[in-house]
Amino acid sequence: MAYVIEMLDITKTFPGIKANDKVTLQVEQGSIHALLGENGAGKSTLMSILFGLYSPDSGSIKVRGKDVRITNPNIANALGIGMVHQHFKLVHNFTVTENIILGLEPKSGLVIDRKKAAARVREISELYGLKVDPEAKIEDISVGMQQRVEILKMLYRDAEILIFDEPTAVLTPQEIHELMGIMRRLVKEGKTILLITHKLKEIKEAADYCTVLRRGRLIGTVPVAETTEQQMAEMMVGREVSFHVEKAPANPGPTLLTIEHINVRNAKGLLGVKDLSLEVRAGEILGICGIDGNGQTELIRAITGLATVESGKILNKGKDITSLPIKERTGLGLGHIPEDRHKHGLILDFRLDENFVVHSFDHAPFSHAGILDFKAIRSNADRLIAEFDVRCGQGGATPVRSMSGGNQQKAIVAREIDQSPDVLIVAQPTRGLDVGAIEYIHRRLVAERDKGKGILLISLELDEILDVSDRIAVIYGGEIVGMVNAAETNENELGLMMAGSVRKVS
Amino acid sequence: MSILLTMIPIALVYATPIVIAALGGLYSERSGIVNIALEGIMMVGAFTAAAVTAVLEPSTTWAAYYGIAAGIVAGMIFSLLHAFASVNLKADQVVSGTALNILAGGLTVYLCQIFFDQQRTNAFTTGLAKVSVPGLKGIPFLGPVLFMDVYSTTYAAILLVLLTWFVVYKTPFGLRMRSCGEHPQAAASMGINVLAMRYTGVIISGALAGLAGGAMVLTQDIQYTLGSIHGTGFIALACLIFGKWNPFGVLGAGLFFGFSQALSIYAKDIAFLQKVPLDFFYMLPYVLTVIALVVFSGKSVGPKAAGELYDAGKR
Ligand SMILES: Nc1ncnc2c1ncn2[C@@H]1O[C@H](COP(=O)(O)OP(=O)(O)O)[C@@H](O)[C@H]1O
Ligand SMILES: [Mg+2]
Repeated sequence: MAYVIEMLDITKTFPGIKANDKVTLQVEQGSIHALLGENGAGKSTLMSILFGLYSPDSGSIKVRGKDVRITNPNIANALGIGMVHQHFKLVHNFTVTENIILGLEPKSGLVIDRKKAAARVREISELYGLKVDPEAKIEDISVGMQQRVEILKMLYRDAEILIFDEPTAVLTPQEIHELMGIMRRLVKEGKTILLITHKLKEIKEAADYCTVLRRGRLIGTVPVAETTEQQMAEMMVGREVSFHVEKAPANPGPTLLTIEHINVRNAKGLLGVKDLSLEVRAGEILGICGIDGNGQTELIRAITGLATVESGKILNKGKDITSLPIKERTGLGLGHIPEDRHKHGLILDFRLDENFVVHSFDHAPFSHAGILDFKAIRSNADRLIAEFDVRCGQGGATPVRSMSGGNQQKAIVAREIDQSPDVLIVAQPTRGLDVGAIEYIHRRLVAERDKGKGILLISLELDEILDVSDRIAVIYGGEIVGMVNAAETNENELGLMMAGSVRKVS
Repeated sequence: MSILLTMIPIALVYATPIVIAALGGLYSERSGIVNIALEGIMMVGAFTAAAVTAVLEPSTTWAAYYGIAAGIVAGMIFSLLHAFASVNLKADQVVSGTALNILAGGLTVYLCQIFFDQQRTNAFTTGLAKVSVPGLKGIPFLGPVLFMDVYSTTYAAILLVLLTWFVVYKTPFGLRMRSCGEHPQAAASMGINVLAMRYTGVIISGALAGLAGGAMVLTQDIQYTLGSIHGTGFIALACLIFGKWNPFGVLGAGLFFGFSQALSIYAKDIAFLQKVPLDFFYMLPYVLTVIALVVFSGKSVGPKAAGELYDAGKR
């Protein structure tokens, strides 16, 4: 069979890092071809080169057998290549239709022919089963629908080769299922799909071939049907990985964090958390599972001080912190790995070493008499980068915005764990991370537990909750509807409680 | 009531340059470049228009129109500096705009000194003449207020509001320009040349601010001096914010400011305002401007990416 895309010996260097090092990728017409690699392995870079956003330092590209030079996205579009970016490129206050037609607007006379545009959007969306509301504003629609808009943008431009950059990282399980269906439908209509992901399950479910990258280098291309998840994981990280967290039984000590009957309002002004009480003890990991939007966000915000508590009390080691400012809570030994790492975890336009000291810049050793000690700040960064294996092009001087998502996350984890807080609030710590990084973060959390810290883990991933936690609380409609020991429960039981059909407090 | 009727024509004269300059700011900011240089560009436009008018008046009755055209061209050229600094050199747009504002004062006075041997242009005799619309001016009540002895630039301002609304919300050009102001990376990924679009936005704003400066000096002054524009460019900026970056909003805000200025002339004739010191009314537009900027600038109703450096690789 002929290759529709051939990228041969592609090399691309960024300041301080070889993002792609002589990578070759050959893709068959009409297949779903997965691109697998750890965070920072160079997957997005390779695809951005194919889409004309970056130009390679060396190497050549063939599309349908012909040598091409793709120097900007317009050329990629003309060759029938479309891309759904990891971070959506949608104008938030435009309608769905406006986003789709932007740059290629149907006209009648001088004006945009909105009727024709909407009709065309409807036509394509029906053909491929991509449900959208053409008149809705982007800021008002769900993430899943936003992604469908991105797909429609490509199809509207008659793209034949569709690149998906980590499309499932932001989706709920149902939306992921839908997306897999959509991709199969696209392939049936003759499209070719390049799928970037590090979720092995998805590759197993959808892809025909899988190309593995590690630290910018090509490791190999394998047919998915003949390769196990374990084998692919090893190719990706370069060593054996375990999907299970090794840990000894918990040895819980005294209670550290106490939450007593708190009520918290959500963004809409309704009660997001209702009369909720919890205890986290020293030396245990308490997992909170539940379907997205059942009060997890409000709970995290209340504990960490991002939201005010309507009524009730929060105690840390017996001290009332309910209405303390965030900085004082941190000072009393409360760490926070936030749900939204861009909004609450990092200052994206600051350097990595500066981000490492956002809690502690104002006292020794990082400042003396109000003057920052950059030497100490830098050596602190070097230490954390080495210890937590944060991959960044220019060490502590790397602008955080330029780092890959997984390494941004590792940076936050490094900073928070290094503070050594007695209580650590951990929200979605491995969202969008590869198995190697997930394994590492889980091990670090367990190590903190073994040091006698109390950890509250909030995650939407059931596997993660079951694997890492000692006790599990199920949250539903802002209330705790279940409290079980991790060793004595299973996915089924949790699933029923998460849906609100069973209550169990043991 | 009759005072209100006599106030309207004056308010329109004041509102005209404010609205036109604010529309200029609208194009620039919609494309993603904050343009606080409106004031300076207006000064350059006003100087050019006044100089050309004063020189040509003896030889042609169209002198003021040549003056306005020259003001537009001068505004465009002057705004190129801002486009170059903020698009090519990636300078901070507020700093660049401030530099232009400072430069405009020195430059225009310096040129006056060279051409006219004084710190101002020569005086012109008529400036822009008023026009009346035959037929419509006979309408009772409205006729004398809106269609008799009105400056053509006022009509131009209203037409520009309509035209801007059409261009910004109805045409492909407008959609693309707005996308550059909201999310330039998205625009670029759809094949739009963000840099060219921003140049276009700034140059249009230069043309309109130049026109506004010409319109102002030729209707409210007898010559160009350093004080001819006296902050009108900043009032226009406040209008842009008050009007939520929407052409009709800008028109409304511009009329509001026009009236508040007219009030300073008529306050002494209005019984219940006679006690208030006149200075209060002189002060009013500027106080309102400061309030508008303080109250509204925190709320992000404007183009999201305006003022931000454009980095194609930003994620
Ligand atoms: N625009 C950029 N500037 C500097 N470094 C970059 C840029 N884009 C990517 N990198 C670096 O190149 C490496 C590969 O990144 P990327 O292709 O995004 O990885 P992946 O998509 O596999 O997670 C990372 O170390 C990342 O920090
Ligand atoms: Mg990536």
